[in-house]
Amino acid sequence: MRRPYFLTHLLKDIRLEWRSKDAINSMLFFALLVVVLFSLAFDPTRESSRQIAGGILCVATMFASVSALNQAWTRELRHQVLDAQRMTPAPASSLFLGKVLANFLFVSIVEIILTPVFIIFYNLHALGNGWLLALVLPLGTWALVVNGTFFAALSIRTRNRELLLPLILFPLFIPALLGMVLASSYILTGEQDPSLWIKMLAGYDVIYTTICLLLFEVVLHAE
Amino acid sequence: MKLFRWLWAAATVGLLAEAFRVAMFVVPADEAQGDIFRIFFYHFPSAMMTFLFFFVSFIASIVYLVSRNSNPVRAMKADAMALANAEVGVVFCTVVLITGPLWARPVWGIWWTWDERLTSTLVLYLIYVAYLLLRRFAAGPQMQTLAAVMAIFGYVDVPIVYFSTRWWRTQHPAPVFGGGANSGVDPRMMPAVWWNLAAWLAWGILIASFRYAVALRDQLKEQKEALRALEVTG
Repeated sequence: MRRPYFLTHLLKDIRLEWRSKDAINSMLFFALLVVVLFSLAFDPTRESSRQIAGGILCVATMFASVSALNQAWTRELRHQVLDAQRMTPAPASSLFLGKVLANFLFVSIVEIILTPVFIIFYNLHALGNGWLLALVLPLGTWALVVNGTFFAALSIRTRNRELLLPLILFPLFIPALLGMVLASSYILTGEQDPSLWIKMLAGYDVIYTTICLLLFEVVLHAE
Repeated sequence: MKLFRWLWAAATVGLLAEAFRVAMFVVPADEAQGDIFRIFFYHFPSAMMTFLFFFVSFIASIVYLVSRNSNPVRAMKADAMALANAEVGVVFCTVVLITGPLWARPVWGIWWTWDERLTSTLVLYLIYVAYLLLRRFAAGPQMQTLAAVMAIFGYVDVPIVYFSTRWWRTQHPAPVFGGGANSGVDPRMMPAVWWNLAAWLAWGILIASFRYAVALRDQLKEQKEALRALEVTG
């Protein structure tokens, strides 16, 4: 049986990352820096930290992943790899899917390493159902990565591409960020039921994943 | 065509004047809020026009994507249409975001609140500004394709904008039209609402049509330059 195309793309990206470890290292260090900076800027005392901790974790991951997402496609520009991929008979959406899964994996690894650090720095323990965080974080990460990978591919054709990605990604990401931050702070404070925002995140993911898969071919072949 | 546009411009000025007269002098002041309520006659039509023009831009973007290979002339027109409508939509959205705080300051006591509906309008505004930025940053014919894709992404946000109003506790007055039994505007104020809706629709169409013509001319110019470059090298 032949391997699905997206799996080939995924394995290639993982192998590249395994050899260089560029993306994960830079993301990890960047996110760590953001967390430290925020801890210095806002006094992480016990009362207020619970309220803002979820937001800081989300924003730190968001900034960190933008720096890595830009690299994800610039890597393909060297030696005209992207042009070669444009000519392959494999569907464009599988290229996209492989890329998204790879990035999702990298960002998730960063989050898994970062979360314990974060809990120690902010002296946190969840008052609500803490295991729900294991649902909220992947949903939010997926929302970020799926849109981020798409817009990184879109902005790669433009002047000052590194600047453009956050400019067009962040406005679209705001609803998901809102859902992610609210859900995680409800879990941490235990004040309200986060299920509505988890559903909203899931809906956002379904909608945007569908559009990205449908429109990626247009972006890849844009002349 | 030119004559028609001038007639349309004259009609727009007339409509705007009449709408202003009705809103300021004819309809009574609000019982609770007084004269400050009259800003609603500008706030609400602008909000409706924002949604309408962004919607047209969205449709034009789809038309562009569908016909960009099969029918270049139609695609060019659709792209100019998308650009013109997005710009006019951003102008209306700016008006909404300016008139809102002007009203909120005396009535709520604060300029701005991170209420869901205010936030989502602001997000919508940011998305379309990002769309216009993309059009500026991307070069060449591929820009139109990329921009069309971005417009579709942006418009998908609009339903999220609309439905999220009912999800979070909200400080914004309940949707005035179709928002339940007790919401709604005093029937005596309806003339001002209708006149302003018509006037601002006419104004928006007028500006969008000018912008559309300019965008189309830009495209023709670019095409001619590309052709000339080909002739020189060929």
